[in-house]
Amino acid sequence: MWQVMEGSHAVAEAVRLAGVQVISAYPITPQTHIVERISEFCAAGLLEARFLRVESEHSALAALIGASTAGVRTFTATSSQGLAYMHELLHWASGARLPIVMAEVNRALAPGWNIWTDQTDSLSQRDTGWIQLYCEDGQEVLDTTLQAFRLAEWVNLPVMVVLDAFFLSHTHEPVQVPSQEEVDRFLPPFSPSFRLNTETPCAFNQLATPAVYMEMRYSIQQAMASALERFPQLEDAFQTIMGRRYGAVEEVSTADADVILVTSGTVTSTARGVVEALRNRGEKVGLLKIKLFRPFPAEAIRRHLRRAAKVAVLDRNFSFGAGGIFAQEVRAALCNLKDRPQVFGYIVGLGGRDVTPALITEICRKTWERAHPEEADEWMGLTEVPYESGTAGP
Amino acid sequence: MKVELPDHELMHSGHVGCPGCGAAVAMRFLLNGLGEKTVMVIPACCWSIIAGPYPQSTLKVPVLHTAFETGAAVATGIRAALDVRGERDVTVVTWAGDGGTFDIGFQALSGAVERNEDFLYVCYDNEAYMNTGIQRSSSTPYGAWTTTTPGRDWKKMRKKNIVEALAAHRIPYAATASIAYPDDLVAKVKKARSIRGSRFIHIFSSCPTGWRIPSELSIKIARMAVQTNIFPLYEVEGGVRYTINLKPKGYLVKEYFRLQGRFSHLTEEDLDQIQEMVEEDWELLLRKAGTMPSL
Ligand SMILES: Cc1ncc(C[n+]2csc(CCOP(=O)(O)OP(=O)(O)O)c2C)c(N)n1
Ligand code: SF4
Ligand SMILES: [Mg+2]
Repeated sequence: MWQVMEGSHAVAEAVRLAGVQVISAYPITPQTHIVERISEFCAAGLLEARFLRVESEHSALAALIGASTAGVRTFTATSSQGLAYMHELLHWASGARLPIVMAEVNRALAPGWNIWTDQTDSLSQRDTGWIQLYCEDGQEVLDTTLQAFRLAEWVNLPVMVVLDAFFLSHTHEPVQVPSQEEVDRFLPPFSPSFRLNTETPCAFNQLATPAVYMEMRYSIQQAMASALERFPQLEDAFQTIMGRRYGAVEEVSTADADVILVTSGTVTSTARGVVEALRNRGEKVGLLKIKLFRPFPAEAIRRHLRRAAKVAVLDRNFSFGAGGIFAQEVRAALCNLKDRPQVFGYIVGLGGRDVTPALITEICRKTWERAHPEEADEWMGLTEVPYESGTAGP
Repeated sequence: MKVELPDHELMHSGHVGCPGCGAAVAMRFLLNGLGEKTVMVIPACCWSIIAGPYPQSTLKVPVLHTAFETGAAVATGIRAALDVRGERDVTVVTWAGDGGTFDIGFQALSGAVERNEDFLYVCYDNEAYMNTGIQRSSSTPYGAWTTTTPGRDWKKMRKKNIVEALAAHRIPYAATASIAYPDDLVAKVKKARSIRGSRFIHIFSSCPTGWRIPSELSIKIARMAVQTNIFPLYEVEGGVRYTINLKPKGYLVKEYFRLQGRFSHLTEEDLDQIQEMVEEDWELLLRKAGTMPSL
């Protein structure tokens, strides 16, 4: 059934359809519409779940660690400061191999206070052992949230479904909502092989000495590798029932492209328009959208980018002292190829600044004109920033 | 005092606590009162070690080890999951140290009991962060040496009154207990187990290593803490109905302090001052209870 809804409500619909059993969350703009809509579902009896209105994000994830270990399907949602506050328990959830699903609305980190979109919050959690899936529109948000539960429960790892603040969380679009029967065919009930119970008492997450810890960590990496391998199978199953698939990456006109843009999130939609316009003018430009960020689909990325002369990565995020995070990962994926494209990094749209078709066109032009990338990624559209040193001297 | 304990033991004979560890004794009594239908949450504390490394476990009940500040929140989630699964007969218990309760875990605990989450939260109190090497907590008493309050910087602040803080949330049941009074302890555990909603038991648990006492004095010192009114045994129901469970002999606090290395630097004047503080606290408690215990 087609319905016009916000990205936030697309998440909530998926949570309802997935029959989540325990939800625990703490409000933060721009995640609030997700938890408010889920609260309405619970209050109206449309979702038979326990909604835990805890006193912090830290406790929201802690409660789900308890609930998931006790063997029920769990969900939370957060953003920015809230995700940063959860950091310790992000590691805990993956280390404990719990299939918790989280919607994470990309919002800039303070200071200064900024509620607009920026990916640095989720990307700075890249080493926590969570699968990360970035979405482009409302339909993808709903579909990916449903897929997230099945993927999480298939490999025993937590999954973060990531969507841009406002451009996606608060934007109304037509979304096709699957029927309960279709979802039930795709997503079987959660029945883990181990759970906290008094019939077979076990200790979970106890002291692990150097003699065993490394193997435990390696098993998490094995699960990540299997998530990468199984993602296409998961999408096959989804497509058979729902008729849609997205891919860990999606390529647009890359086969003969000289320059390939690499994007994620809603910037991708804008870039699609730019690529089409430039193609109409005869420019050989292509686009690669990265949806799956952890595990990183390096092989697929190499396959699509290797023939291009130049790659331009758009990063709505930044790792201070290093560069754009997607650009770093793309460079690492390409570095062992004998003939590899040059990778140009561009920093765009931090803290919700608009990434317009004109800006993306300018990025294409710069990439064509330059023989080689600069050492540092280029910050686009900056007004001049005087450097201010501290007071201590040499 | 005659001690009647059930014959089932839910703790294996081996554990890796120090000799004379009050926290190990406290756990044994707790499990005696709880029985098998128990799920235990243990945030970071000495008991994260005492319970044994993978793949061994000292306890015969299921245990979820968790992050330091999450004891109450994890219990909340387990309770919710068990309710969804229809397992109402299982008691969810958090077992945390004073650091995990009074300090870093206090926000989660306050949040959970304000919502009256249905669990039993037990704090075994050894009056410092022992796992990390005897550092001060807000439960460390006035006058104590710890590794972060050494020399002349011995702790000059009072111990936080955690039972009063919990009672202020108007929870159904809050009580103190001591390893030196096992019958009282087990009775309180059983009572707490029969109540729904948030329940809190604060157990005084001597720590030979951290208190600089001989291990064989562990129980004696716990008894002295009660008998000097330093750690009175009482219950608070519904946040307002106080019952003092034991009429102490009222020894002078110096008899308790003089046994412990952690207080060896205190002068006679310091001890007199502490005596006054203890008397003041006791009078306050008596006023709340309305009567002297007639035991
Ligand atoms: C967030 C965090 N900070 C610090 C620690 C280190 N730590 C582990 S146990 C502990 C002290 C525990 O004290 P308490 O709760 O009183 O239990 P005890 O060890 O005394 O039994 C500390 C500081 C930790 N595990 N996590
Ligand atoms: S340090 Fe104290 S509380 Fe910890 S195991 Fe040793 S005696 Fe027990
Ligand atoms: Mg302690």
